[in-house]
Amino acid sequence: MLALQDVSKSIHGQPVLHRTNLAFPTARTTVVIGPSGCGKTTLLRLMLGLTAPDTGTVVFDGETVTPRSAQALRRRIGYVIQAGGLFPHLSARRNVTLLALHLGRPRAQVDRRVDQLAEVVQISPDMLDRYPSALSGGQRQRVALMRALMLDPPVLLMDEPLGALDPMIRHDLQTDLVEIFAKLGKTVVLVTHDMHEAAHFAHEIVLMREGRVLQRGSLEDLLARPADPFVTEFVRAQRADPRLAQP
Amino acid sequence: MIARLWLLGCLSLAAEAAAQDTLMVGSKRFTESYILGEIVSQTAAAAGVPAQHRQGMGNTAIVFEALKAGSIDLYPDYTGTIGRQLLGIEATDLETLNRGLRPFGLGVAVKLGFGNTYALALLESEAQRRGIRTLSDLARHPDLRLGLGHEFLERNDGWPGLKRAYRLPHTARGLDHGLAYEAMAQRQIDVMDIYSTDAKIERYKLRVLEDDLRYFPEYDAVLVYRLDLPDRFPAAWAALRELDGAIGAAQMIAMNAQAELDGTPFDQVARGYLGATGRAIDPPSGFLGKLLGPDTWRLTQQHLFLVFASLAAAVAIGVPLGVWAARSPAAAQVIISSVGIAQTIPSLALLALLIPLLGRIGTVPALVALFLYSLLPIVRNVHSGLTGISPSLLESARALGLPARARLWLVELPIASGAILAGIKTSAVINVGTATIAAFVGAGGYGERIVTGLALNDHQLLLSGAIPAAVLALLVQWFFDLTERWIVPAGLRC
Repeated sequence: MLALQDVSKSIHGQPVLHRTNLAFPTARTTVVIGPSGCGKTTLLRLMLGLTAPDTGTVVFDGETVTPRSAQALRRRIGYVIQAGGLFPHLSARRNVTLLALHLGRPRAQVDRRVDQLAEVVQISPDMLDRYPSALSGGQRQRVALMRALMLDPPVLLMDEPLGALDPMIRHDLQTDLVEIFAKLGKTVVLVTHDMHEAAHFAHEIVLMREGRVLQRGSLEDLLARPADPFVTEFVRAQRADPRLAQP
Repeated sequence: MIARLWLLGCLSLAAEAAAQDTLMVGSKRFTESYILGEIVSQTAAAAGVPAQHRQGMGNTAIVFEALKAGSIDLYPDYTGTIGRQLLGIEATDLETLNRGLRPFGLGVAVKLGFGNTYALALLESEAQRRGIRTLSDLARHPDLRLGLGHEFLERNDGWPGLKRAYRLPHTARGLDHGLAYEAMAQRQIDVMDIYSTDAKIERYKLRVLEDDLRYFPEYDAVLVYRLDLPDRFPAAWAALRELDGAIGAAQMIAMNAQAELDGTPFDQVARGYLGATGRAIDPPSGFLGKLLGPDTWRLTQQHLFLVFASLAAAVAIGVPLGVWAARSPAAAQVIISSVGIAQTIPSLALLALLIPLLGRIGTVPALVALFLYSLLPIVRNVHSGLTGISPSLLESARALGLPARARLWLVELPIASGAILAGIKTSAVINVGTATIAAFVGAGGYGERIVTGLALNDHQLLLSGAIPAAVLALLVQWFFDLTERWIVPAGLRC
């Protein structure tokens, strides 16, 4: 569905992504994980065409992502950023419907879709008339997810979607998200630095460090057959405290 | 409301264009010039020619520029001023002056019958105590503080030449002529410049110093006119020629006194002189009478038009400029600094600069000046409002797949609307104050009362212009605070 072929990127002369080949299979959830600055956010931005690769190509559904094609392609990719990125001047509902109404979709159809999505993400419809500042962090992320899903895109990119949430809300949303992904059958690429989250969501984990993919595989692969000492170190560091280990 | 103001403005511009068949009379910004301007325009009107008097347009340079540009057809001036200040020559006879003015398409005629020379004066008591009688005596008292009118201070035939001729050691300080008498009375200054027909010389008990070296030339009152005037308005011209020698010095002093000391309006002083009505009409008495005078509504309309027409233009140009600046950091430097240049020019200087540039006086240069002043706060706030939006919101809008234009209208401008509106509000409130300056070039508004009050040293009249301007500024502020409620999205206000 979505693939990077020989893609590299430098910012201000610093390589942030070395030549990389990655394909994200349809209807699977892939988690990209690694310490801060490993190039995972750049990876997402390249896939959305928000930044252009220095070498190689990004291919989406058989089509090359270029500055010209990017705008139309973005409408077929849902994107949720860390703090939600909701527009503060619009109600939650307007945030969700902004693009669809701008593209001239019929009002009734749009309203039906909003009701449907509210149910999917488990948010009460009257919350949608609030402004983002009057919503909790978890509610904001649910609205951001609704916005990303509005045009029913086949692909969903999520950049640290749970990063800014407190633990209780985080747990609830995490559980809900797994259900949502399974139900909708989307190709999901989720970026995080949290191993628990990765373990929770991933069909497959891509572990990155300093602009390179170190290993790709299931959690078991990473634990049992680490491709690099850093893989073991990274996984261990996050599971060091047994009280935090997943049951 | 704004649409109505636009209409009004268009009408006033149309009126300006239709002024072809109206004799336009100008005057400078002091009592005598106001009165002579009235006498001239009423004389023409009596001869059946529609005439309009643009009162107190400014100093000599501004009125002369307006005459050259054809915004007015004639104005009263003095031979010495025309010679020394405008032509830079010593001679003051009409023949020489006419030779000098001809290249500009201008001429001088009709000696009104009195001279009004410059002189320096000090309080009689002080003069007696120190034994000062002539200008030469002044040189021996270097401790005297000189407060001179701005124009006198700068003129070729004013202070610089006088200082040289009499070797005066003093450093003079500039202040408005209308305020100088009060400053004398309160002993803030010791010596001021006066016109010999000033009505206040006696009232303030001043001693006029003798020009013992004969430095000041003759300042005979005359009419300066465009050479095409006699052909365009033959009847008016014939009537105006009748004014030759018609006003004596004592008569002029008496008329100045009527205006300045009794508070009679200029048009009534002139009417009294021309004997058209024969009876003096009581001037509006008291402060309230002046504050709510019959011209209040007209001045309010003019003032509102000046403020909002210039503001509308500044919004129409300033917002796109601000957007452009926010898009391109390279352009931002150029745009913001060039828009800022206007702010560094004092308003009166900017107006004086615009008059020859636009070839006209009145509403147009005032609107242009106000427009230029309004730009900076608007452009700067649009720029800072847009560049201050959090990068993650901008990225969010792009990632959503919104085209650039939709991002600007649906996301960026609404989020920056608070800052943008604040910039517009700043411009509007500053404009209300700055618009009072427009009266110096005959654009009307509350400034008209301030300017006239200054010229007459009439504090009540001055306040009756300043107070409505201040009230209007507050109203404008409130108006924008209200607008904010429905323009700035609710989600941004909590």
